[in-house]
Amino acid sequence: MSVDIKTVKRVAHLARIAVSEEDAERMTGELNAILGFVEQLNEVDVSGVEPMTSVTPMAMKKRQDGVTDGGKAADIVANAPATEENFFLVPKVVE
Amino acid sequence: MSDLTQLTISQARAKLRSREITATEITEAYLSAIERANPALNAYVVVTDDRARDMAKASDAKLAKGEGGSLEGIPLGIKDLFGTEGVHTQACSHVLDGFKPRYESTITANLWADGAVMLGKLNMDEFAMGSSNETSYYGPVINPWRRSRLDTVVMPTTHQGEGGFVSAGGTRTARTLDNAQLVPGGSSGGSASAVSAFLCAGATATDTGGSIRQPAAFTGTVGIKPTYGRCSRWGIVAFASSLDQAGPIARDVRDAAILLKSMASVDPKDTTSVDLPVPDYEAAIGRPIKGMKVGIPKEYRVDDMPAEIEALWQKGIAWLRDAGAEIVDISLPHTKYALPAYYIVAPAEASSNLARYDGVRYGLRVPGKDIVDMYENTRAAGFGREVKRRIMIGTYVLSAGYYDAYYLQAQKVRTLIKRDFENVFAAGVDVILTPATPSAAFGIADEDMAADPVKMYLNDIFTVTVNMAGLPGIAVPAGLDAKGLPLGLQLIGRPFDEETLFQTAHVIEQAAGTLQPEKWW
Repeated sequence: MSVDIKTVKRVAHLARIAVSEEDAERMTGELNAILGFVEQLNEVDVSGVEPMTSVTPMAMKKRQDGVTDGGKAADIVANAPATEENFFLVPKVVE
Repeated sequence: MSDLTQLTISQARAKLRSREITATEITEAYLSAIERANPALNAYVVVTDDRARDMAKASDAKLAKGEGGSLEGIPLGIKDLFGTEGVHTQACSHVLDGFKPRYESTITANLWADGAVMLGKLNMDEFAMGSSNETSYYGPVINPWRRSRLDTVVMPTTHQGEGGFVSAGGTRTARTLDNAQLVPGGSSGGSASAVSAFLCAGATATDTGGSIRQPAAFTGTVGIKPTYGRCSRWGIVAFASSLDQAGPIARDVRDAAILLKSMASVDPKDTTSVDLPVPDYEAAIGRPIKGMKVGIPKEYRVDDMPAEIEALWQKGIAWLRDAGAEIVDISLPHTKYALPAYYIVAPAEASSNLARYDGVRYGLRVPGKDIVDMYENTRAAGFGREVKRRIMIGTYVLSAGYYDAYYLQAQKVRTLIKRDFENVFAAGVDVILTPATPSAAFGIADEDMAADPVKMYLNDIFTVTVNMAGLPGIAVPAGLDAKGLPLGLQLIGRPFDEETLFQTAHVIEQAAGTLQPEKWW
């Protein structure tokens, strides 16, 4: 399978990365090179093979359903580019 | 010893405990070595000198009382991927500009609890994506190793050659260093370069497809990627969560064992951390390997592999055989599919993990006309080319209609890769010996690799299978190529059998010796 520039622009939007016409063109070539490389996986007979979900045969550990952490609002917003009273500030999203 | 940076961790540990040297002295020795060398090597992105001095002072107070942990007073470098409280942690990306976490990663917390001293944060490929350390926002790291030419020079017999030999016939051989700058490998290029150039006693690193073992091989250092689940991933910036695993880079096998013992733990904060006690890895060193079954996989003999790599592999086989190991030919039939499967699984997981860099909660924000525009501008400006490429691949393979064809197929192939290893271990193989990389270190800004991303990816061809199967793997220096560059061998073990890796790697180290670059910086 290969991608065209229209698909690349759509994927860039899905990934929330702004791309210029020039970027999109370059990426189309690069993505097709990588997709061409991974194409060989289709040769492998995977009938009856389970997809891997965990490399270690273990059940995921579960902790008790209890509060173990919290009260750190100031720590959580400490690295944000824009905050006010322990809230993250973002551009207006509703009219 | 006049230069304290030359001490291995085990040597420094003994001298610190006997009070022959102090933690402050050895820390100062490293800080001045960094000051001199870093402008040339660019291994550190931040030097935490004040903190290093404070930690050393605290270590000295403990050592004076005969107290202290297993790494008391040992100065270490920390890869920029590890969250360090109040200290620059950016995965060497622009998108994390100014990020100083309010928490400490489990691994670094373990190291500090054992008394280690932090020298600073080490350069790396952006978000650990790369095999040459050239994708860092902070510029490339330079390998302390350079190519050299062996010259035979006719000399008057009375001449005392500098570093050369005076022969009866009046000729001497001398290596002339080439000026070309080489990459240290990646993504843990800063860790490997700093350890190799004596800018830290040891370093933390991480390995998603070969990022510990390939740079270790390129710099003549020892690097181990432990079994998935052995070291906690908590507090490490995530790249591909089902593959990421941290480990040490060190100057010799014993030092790697000492570091891993401290880094590894059972951590309730990481659900994939395995409930198994951490063994004393150092105790495995020196155990005889007589009767051990060493597998040699035929699929690792790839096209275009330099003859020197094949010769190195044969040398490794001979060393282990001489030490009493039984050498057996094995087959891992799905080896060639590991790299293509990796380039689906890793970008897919990365595209999901890196969704969090949105200009809202931390790091860079580039304004836009609305919130989506702000996200898109921030991510366009904040991520480098390689990171964008992988996010794009990941987004594409996970997008509606393609999931089964790519991601599901890759995860099935991954099951087969793991099964290959299970079969040979079930047949009694204790450890597998392979080359660590398909070549020695290459030049900065290599044109072929820049033109074709897949060419760069092929660097990980021998290491990536190990991540796909979650197994432990160690890279150990095994010799120099004709141009005087280090080459490494890789040993792959059973899950959680790091002890056999240390035991066997030590046999190789005994035969090959440890390697040191000639100082030019």
